[in-house]
This record gives sequence, C-alpha cells and structure tokens, in this order.
Amino acid sequence: MTRDFIRFVRRGRVVELRDFSARTTLLDWLRLDERSTGTKEACAEGDCGACTVVLARRRDDTMAYEPVNACITLLGQIDGAELITVEDLAAPDGTLHPVQAALVERHGSQCGFCTPGIVMSLFAHYHRVSAPPTRAEIDDVLAGNLCRCTGYRPIVDAAIAACNDRNDRFTADEPARLARLEAIADDEDILVGDDGAFFAAPAREDTLAALLDAHPDATIVAGATDVGLWITKKLMPLSKIVHVGRVVGLDMIEESETTLTFGAAVPLARAAEDLGALDPDIAEILRRFGSVQVRTAGTVGGSIANASPIGDLAPILLALGGTIAMRKGMAVRTLPIEEFFIDYGKQDRAAGEYVRHLTIQKPGETTLVRAFKITKRMDEDISTVMMAMAITLDGDVITSARIAFGGMAGIPKRATQVEAALAGARLADPATWRTAASRLGDDFTPLTDQRGSAAYRLTVAGNLIVKGLAEMAGTPTTRTRVKPRAEVFHAAP
Amino acid sequence: MPRLDMPESCVPEPPLRHVRQPLPHDSARLHVQGAAPYIDDLPEPRGTLHLAVGRAAVARGTIVTLDLSAVKAFPGVVAVITAADIPGANDIAPTLADEPMLAETHVIYHGQPVFAVAAETRDAARRAARLATIEIDAEPAAITIDQGLARGERVLPDYAFVEGDPGAVIAASSDQMTGTMHIGGQEHFYLEGQIALASPGESGAMLVHASTQHPSEVQEIVARVLGVPEAFVTCEIRRMGGAFGGKETQGSQWAAIAAVAARLTGRPCKLRLDRDDDMALTGKRHDFRADWSVGFDADGRITALDLMLAARCGCSADCSAGVVDRAMFHADNTYFLPAFRIDTRRVRTDTVSNTAFRGFGGPQGMLAIERVIDAIARRLGRDPLDVRKANFYSEGRHVTPYGQTVEDFSTGLALIEELERTSDYRARRAAITSFNETSPILKRGLALTPVKFGISFTLTPLNQAGALVHVYRDGSVHLNHGGTEMGQGLFQKVAQVAAEEFGIALERVRITPTSTDKVPNTAPTAASSGSDLNGMAVQIASRTIKARMAAVAAETFGVPVEDVVFRDDHVVAGNRRLEFGELAKKAHAARVSLSSTGFYKTPDLHWDRARGKGRPFFYYAWGAACSEVTIDVTTGETKVLRVDILHDVGRSLNPALDIGQIEGGFVQGMGWLTTEELVYDAAGRLLTHAPSTYKIPVSSDVPADFRVALFDDENRADTIYRSKAVGEPPLMLAISVFSAIADAVEAASPGRGVLLDAPATPEAIVTAIGPFDAATAFATLVSNATSRT
Repeated sequence: MTRDFIRFVRRGRVVELRDFSARTTLLDWLRLDERSTGTKEACAEGDCGACTVVLARRRDDTMAYEPVNACITLLGQIDGAELITVEDLAAPDGTLHPVQAALVERHGSQCGFCTPGIVMSLFAHYHRVSAPPTRAEIDDVLAGNLCRCTGYRPIVDAAIAACNDRNDRFTADEPARLARLEAIADDEDILVGDDGAFFAAPAREDTLAALLDAHPDATIVAGATDVGLWITKKLMPLSKIVHVGRVVGLDMIEESETTLTFGAAVPLARAAEDLGALDPDIAEILRRFGSVQVRTAGTVGGSIANASPIGDLAPILLALGGTIAMRKGMAVRTLPIEEFFIDYGKQDRAAGEYVRHLTIQKPGETTLVRAFKITKRMDEDISTVMMAMAITLDGDVITSARIAFGGMAGIPKRATQVEAALAGARLADPATWRTAASRLGDDFTPLTDQRGSAAYRLTVAGNLIVKGLAEMAGTPTTRTRVKPRAEVFHAAP
Repeated sequence: MPRLDMPESCVPEPPLRHVRQPLPHDSARLHVQGAAPYIDDLPEPRGTLHLAVGRAAVARGTIVTLDLSAVKAFPGVVAVITAADIPGANDIAPTLADEPMLAETHVIYHGQPVFAVAAETRDAARRAARLATIEIDAEPAAITIDQGLARGERVLPDYAFVEGDPGAVIAASSDQMTGTMHIGGQEHFYLEGQIALASPGESGAMLVHASTQHPSEVQEIVARVLGVPEAFVTCEIRRMGGAFGGKETQGSQWAAIAAVAARLTGRPCKLRLDRDDDMALTGKRHDFRADWSVGFDADGRITALDLMLAARCGCSADCSAGVVDRAMFHADNTYFLPAFRIDTRRVRTDTVSNTAFRGFGGPQGMLAIERVIDAIARRLGRDPLDVRKANFYSEGRHVTPYGQTVEDFSTGLALIEELERTSDYRARRAAITSFNETSPILKRGLALTPVKFGISFTLTPLNQAGALVHVYRDGSVHLNHGGTEMGQGLFQKVAQVAAEEFGIALERVRITPTSTDKVPNTAPTAASSGSDLNGMAVQIASRTIKARMAAVAAETFGVPVEDVVFRDDHVVAGNRRLEFGELAKKAHAARVSLSSTGFYKTPDLHWDRARGKGRPFFYYAWGAACSEVTIDVTTGETKVLRVDILHDVGRSLNPALDIGQIEGGFVQGMGWLTTEELVYDAAGRLLTHAPSTYKIPVSSDVPADFRVALFDDENRADTIYRSKAVGEPPLMLAISVFSAIADAVEAASPGRGVLLDAPATPEAIVTAIGPFDAATAFATLVSNATSRT
C-alpha cells in the first residue's frame, strides 16, 4: 500500500497535501501557502531559530513536543505529526500561554523578530520539565535561538519562571490530541509525485532499498539539517527526495555487552543519551552539537553519511572504534568506519546505497576517554578542532591509543603516528605527552579557513593531546578547562 | 538580578503616572504571539513581484560582458533591470554621490549588485539571478586596511585634532610607549534582514515600506532614482526586526531597486535579501588599525598622546565622515590629554562600504585609549584602575581634545568609585593574583573600565525632530513622530510622555507607523537620540493641544486657565471635573483644533570642524563595567565569570526598557570583542556570511553572574524628564571584557597582554600569549595533584 499524499494535524484538523514540490520547506508552506506569518525567516539555514515550530508526535504513547527549524525542515517530513506554531499558543480568549506571559512580564522581547522562535523553543521545553529548570539547562534549550537585542538575561529569567508545571491547555487536551495522531498513524509507504519528481517516505526498508536502486540519483534525507541548506542556499533543484525518517527499523538502538548499534535514522538527541552515558566528555560534545532543534532533526546516519570534515560525531566513533553498515538493493556490507571516509566530499558509498546502521565499541574498564571541541563560540558552533581520544592502559602503560580529529584534514581522521608514539609508553610521563604531540605534524597538514589558521589548529591539537593525557594521568579538570568535565548538563531528549 | 532602581528625587517631582514606570515594550504581547507584522508579513498587494539581485564576483574591475539572456528566459521572470533602466540618477549614496544603485561599468566590491530580476515568485527570482554571465576585467584589489593604506586611496580627506607638539612632549616624558592594535569590524546581524516593498501609485507616486531607521533618506533616494520630486514618494515603517545602525543608510539601495522595478513593471515589487546576501552586500562596523605613542609620568599620567586611527571605510564614503569623527571624539574617553595628535585616515578599500553601527566609531576610539591605559599600567606595575583614575577628567583638567568642557566629570568619577566598591574590585584583584600564581593553564583576568559617551549628532543639523499628535472626539490620541521603532522601545517611551501630558491612560494613545507623509524631513533614528528628540517634539505637540483644551475647560468651569489640571483621564479644576473625552467633544464643538505638530531642536550646540573646536554634544552619558574572565592558555577558550555594570541614564523614562538597552548593548559589545570575527579571503569575498560561520553571542555566553544597576543622578541638561540617551553607550561597557582578557593574557605571558587584537577569539588569545610549553605546564599540575593526595 502506498499513500500518494502526506497528512498532519493542524489546529485540530487533519491536513492532507498531495500536490507539492519535494523541496518545499515547512517554513515556506507556512508563510506562503497557509499565510501564517508569525513564524519568521532570519537565516534559512537552521542556525538562528527564528523559525522554530513544534512538531508534536506520539512517542511510546505519550506526547513529545519536538522543536525544529522550519526553514530547513521539508514539508514532507512532518507527516504524522501535529504542527504547532506561535499563533496557536494563546487561548481563544486571548490569555497568553505561560511562556508568552513570562516573556512579556520580564521584558524578554525587544525587536520581537526572534521572539516567535524563542516562544516555541520554550513551549517545547515547558512540556519536557516538571521542576523549574536551571540556567544552564535554559542556555542549552536556547543555544539554537539567536537574539541580538536583549542579551538573553530576561529571556532566561522568563524561561525559569514559566517552565515548571507542564499544566497548560495543550497538556489538558492531550488524550484527544494523541487520539488524532493515532488515527493518522500508519505503516504505509508514501510517494507524492511521479517517477520524474517525487517526495518519498517509505515505511518498509525493502521499499527504501528498491526505491533507491531504481532512482540512484535521488537525494536521501534524514533530518534535512544539511540537505535543507542545499535547497535554501545552493538553490539545488532537487527533484527526487527520499526521506528515511519513517522506515521501520532504521530508528532502532541496540546495546550488547561490548557494543552500541544505532539505526541510521536515530536522531542525535536520542543517540546522545546512550552515547553520553559512555563518558561525560562525549555527553558534552553531543550537547554542543548544533542545537536542540538540530539534534532533534539531525540523525546519526546523516552526520556520518555527509562525511563533513567538521562533524563532531565521526571523531568520537573513530576513537571508540566502530563499523558502518550499508545496503544497496538486497546487498548489505559492513566496513570499519575509517574506511568509509576517503577524501573531502568522497565516501565509500555507491549511488543508490544507503547507511543502515552504525556499531561502536563501548570503552572497557581499562580504557579512558577524553573529547574536546574547540570553537569560537562555546555553544552552537562548528568545530575549529575537535579531538576524541581513547587510551587503553595496563597499569601506567598505554597498550593502545585511538585518537581522532575533526577540522584537521579533509575528512575526520585518526592520528596514526601519534597513536603509534603512545603505544607502550607511560601515561604519567610528561615526555610521553611531548613526544605524542610532536608527531602531530606527521599526521596532519591542516588548512587555514574562516574558523582558524593552520598554525593555530596544529598548536591547539598538540595542546589537546597533552591536556587529554595529563588529565588521564590525574590532573583535575577544574585546573585544566574553563568548563570542567564535571559540569555537564545532559539535554533531555 | 538587576536592580530596577527608581531614581530618588533630588528635586521633588510630582508623582508621575506613566513616565518612569517599568512598562513592557508596546508590542510585547504581539511579539510573543507572532502577531506583530514586519514588512515581509504584510499582505502582499495583488500582483506583487519578487526581486533578487545579480552579483559581481570580483572586488574591483571593469565589466566587459553582461549577458542576461538566460536570466530573462527563466520561467517566471517578468523583468531584468540594469543601470541603464534607472529613470533617474543611478545613485543611492547618502552624501557624496559615490555609490550606484547598480554597477554600470566599474565594480567596486565583491558581490556588488549589477542587475536585479523581478519574477512571479521569490524562488524564481533568486534562481534566475544566478544565471547571468558577467565577465569582469579584474584589477588588483585592496581588501585590508593595510592594503588600503599601502595603495593610498581615501574616501574622505585626512583629519586630525592637534594640541601642542605631542612628539616632543612624548620624547621629553619620563617614560613612553608605542603600540599597534587591530580592531575588528562587526556585522549587525539584525534578525530581520533588509527588505522593501514598493507599490506604484497614480501619476508617478510611490509608496515604499522599507525596513529603515531613516525613512526621509529612503524617500529622498527613491525620488532620486525615480527622477520624481520627493513629494511623490512616501516611506513608511511600523517596526524593524532590529537595526543597530545597519538600517541607517543600508536600507536605501534595496528600497531604490524595489521602487525602480515597481515603476518599470507597474506592479508592486518586494525585495528581501537572503541572509547570506544581506551579510555580504551591506556595510558593517568599521574595522580600525590604531597606532599609538604615549608619554607619561611616574604616576601613569599621560603627558601626550599621538594616535593614528586608520579606518576601513570600504568602497564609498557612506557615513564614514561621522563614524571616524566620532572615533576621534571618543579617543579621550574619560581621560585628560594635555597634548595630543588624534589623526585619522579614512581608507578606501574594495570592500562593501562600512557604515553606522551602535556607537558609530566611538567604541573603536575608546578601545584604543583603554589599550593605552592598560599598557601604561603594565609598564609601571600599577593596577590599571589606578591609572584610569589618575588620568580621569578633573578640576582644571577637564577640556576635551575638541574643546568641549566636561562639566560633570565628578559624576563619572563617583560612578566608577561606586562600582569599584560594589564589585569588590580590590579584593577580587588580590584573589585573582593569588589564583594565577598556582594556575599555569587557566588564567583569570579582571578589568573595570569607564564609558563617557557624547550625546548629539555631531552633524548639528540632524539634531531636530517633528511630531504629529491628534486628539479625537472620544478622547483617543493618535501619536506620530519621526522616530522609528527597531526594538529599543522608543514608541513606548514616547507614548508614556504623551499619556503623561494628557493625564490619560496609556491605552488611549494609539502608536502609529513612522511615515514621511506625517512628519517630514526627519533625522535618522540614530545617535541614541530617539527619545531625547522625539519625546520632546511629542511633548511640545501635546502641550499645544492641551493648552487649547485647557482654555476650553477654563471657560466651561469659569476658572483661570492656570487652575486647570489634566489627570486620571479627566480635566480637573477645583471640584469641577470633566472626562477627557467629554472635553475633547466640547473643544470640537467650540471649533478648537485638536491636532498639532511639534518641533524640537537640541539647544546649545555648535561645532567648527575646520578648527576642531566647539560644543558638539548636549551632554555626556556615563557608565562603567567590571568584568572577570578565565582563559585557557592552551586553547584560547574564554569564560566570562562575572560582570557588574553601573550605568547613568539620568532619570529614566522607563527603567525596564533602559535595563534592556544596557544588557543588550553590553552583550552585543561583548560579541564584537570576543566571538564575532569577519573573515575575508584575498579576493575580497566575505567568508563569514552566515550565522554558521559568524558567531554572535548565545545565551550561554552571558555571564551567569550579571549585575546591572542604574546610577542615580538626573541629567543636568534639560532633556525630556531629565532622562539620558541609552541606545549606544552601554555597548562600550564590554571593553571591560576585552581588557580583562588582556589582563589574563598578561598573567599567562607577561608583557604580551598589549599584543591582543580584537576580537579576542581563541586564536587571537593563543597568538598573543605566544609560545607555550604545555607539557611542562601540565606536568606541574600533575605533580601538585599527586603530592596533595
């Protein structure tokens, strides 16, 4: 069975759309078609959050309020959700929602252009917490919402004041709203359009494989946090889009004694829970990965498949050790994650082949982990240099080292010469650190770009190796970091 | 938590109903519901076309081929417009006729618009605009200030303030230093990008909705490109989604293109720049190079300063005259300079024309002198705050380099001394020194820096404002003035003034969009002057109407007009009362006009630029901030730990809005000096043209310990309710963060704090610190950790 339309809930009614271009963004649909102009466009690349809307979805029979950037969300992706925008929050009698009222009372808007997005980010968070949040928690919730006027202080105050009881009319109406979502939930494949131009969202993996085999020129989309920009910025005329977000099975997480396996369509926000449990540094790197909106939409598979030299997930997987499984037609193959990245913009993936899942090794008891992300701005910034390091010890002797960097080459890459220098060396000996750092130049010849010069990258990467080893040797991170390792807030999913 | 201090009266003041109340922004309830329309949200008139511009891909050169056939053939394209199609003058410059609407033969910066496309949809226009073939005979380009200085071209003549022989005085001083500092520019990053919607009217008329701080200038420039009298053009703006100076002159080009397209097609035309285009094609805060020599005595008192400020102005003059002059006006900050040369170069580069940005050159001038003060303190081994105080304007040492007397220096000094106490500066200084002694990787820094900001446009004719107020027969009031609302809360402050004058509820005052057909010939809403100027103009208009209404009331009540009071929505005389609306009805019946304009000009200003002497400022706004930071020597990462601010807003019209300006300005300034870095490649292409690469502060950058208070002192100058301007001065409070980072760099690497350039990115910090032996430094920590256990 194939559906030739998408459907979602909007203001209590089911909307069915069967005639739209695959590359239509949710924001354009809202502003140009529905003429709901409360949601704003400010950057059209998912970095400022002015276009934040909430997609309410059934997750394990409860309602999840998921904030996404409408500017880079494809209209087709919202199938099965309830779409909530800033116009919908106040009650019909004009009573403001608690987050809206708190923003007014505490002077949280000046020019007002970022405000709708901030309202929606806080509205989503309002439904996630049952106790007043901390300032650090709100900082994380708002990392993807830029405000140029207020300096944020009144917004954070408003958020802390308002997000505390999950007791609004949306919560009160949840049984009926869940029922509406259940009524439109199905496991049918979706294909809107025709063979020449379509938006497809298969539910069955076999359909996905067959579709991509038949249309190797189609663009695979998971969260669209990257492909969205191909549309809004590069103006690429993508005519065939295959969305993997509905494929049953691609959203699974499996854990064994020694491994964690993530389906390619697992959102980063969900993966962060399991990955973050492995090590506080990994949790912090994933907390700083994009923003809540980006982690809600963006996926594990997408982050690896686009092979960005500056994606923060790849160095973590490289350091821990892992494999990538791909499928084309009926053929499934698995290769070490290192072998997937070939060169800048080039991966070992055939046309029509898709990433199925990723498996990573959990660090054992004798393995220590450190990860660092160096950026111009602490939150919501792309790494200038990112390093993940896993060191396995026998007493004080390093038996094996896996150290991977982002931002140092055209691909995420292990520092094999540095690793070799560490094997067999003593962790606590500063000479070990110095020798390891000195080998960095053998592994990398970084570029100068807008994020940093080659010289800075090499200096910092060397310092990070020393820092990571010195910390493992016993230096408290309160003495080594502006934000110590213990100070970790793990974002709620 | 900030204190919302209500200033205590020095002079008893009658109780006020609206003024001084911490009321929310007038549109706050609309903002939070997405119900406050910006230009892109307005219903589009039927047949509206959408525009996009085609860009030149070199920084300097001559266009040899312009092939637009593919653009014209693209489905949905209705018209393609080049310079040859412009009915009037191809000139969108605010002053010097040096910047065309569309490039004709010569390209003057990378990305310069060469043509515009009008299409049925935004998508079609943007796709079509990329299909042109533009061949340009490229010439060597000057991109950086240093390249511009080497080439020697200027957009405006060199200009200096000179007193005495600074070179000789410096040489004869007991000590002297020299230095160079690079100060980065800044992108405005208003959340609402540039946009204009032009609708053609009858007989050549044009209605332009433009996101602009300067509707009168948009009107003038649209009339110029259309070749029609100004009276044929109306420019209207209800609100902007942020501006910060970036919509003072920079909105004109897009409004002009929209108007020309609307004229040529006969259809309404909308031009909204995509964010990346907005960032690449509009001017920014000027980046500066400051070269300085200073002489000083053993107490750190400056004997003479020789300062050269070279500004990257870009491809045209724009408002660089005022910007660079204001850098000169603030190169003293709060310090007396006995002898000086404050010289400037207004450097032409082949880059987008730099423009107004909150502070308007003041921040760059002030940062330069604060660097000099820090350098002196380091040389002498003294606390920088002591050197700041030693140089502070004082009795007999209180004339600025431009000849204006600083009458209220004691206000500034009292303010920094209060902040020194409340921030616990001395104890924290001692704690930081001790911390740094045992911390090789993390270094802390502390700085308390003052701000003195001159209030008035230095171009004296701009210091005027108009208002238009109507009272209707039901007692509701239509409020209009020449100021524009960009988020700063001007409309609310002015509405508070109007409601106060009439003694009526604020809900009766209807705020209306700024429009050139209501109040003509306005100044831009800029230079922090919005409420000073427009508040006064509205007060004058309101009083005119009130006087007429009072006469009616006096006659009705049979009392002298002096006995008539407007309060609590009534007019009252003794025991006689009449509801305000009833009085309006009576006045109308008596054929009394209930409408008035109001006009205000700032008194006591004079400025002789040729002599470099005068009184360009009506008064000064004072402030100070104390910031503490930690840096990581190995990575250059920074964390701002605590900030204390004490700021002088006179007697606040609205303390909540003023606190908002202070906090927002501070954080914006902090971004300028820390994370916001503009990077161009050698070809002149802006590489940081989107929020993915250009990083303005986010919530977690704001210090968790952030204490903001208003300084309790009325304005000596006769301003509206003795308030002070607040838009720009707080931005410069962020210099304390930069100075604290430099302090931490100094702790990490003595003698190198003065090498830190702005912005203090992680890389700039690591570069300033210089070679660092991480392994040795960490080894001391490990051995300490081991020895403790």
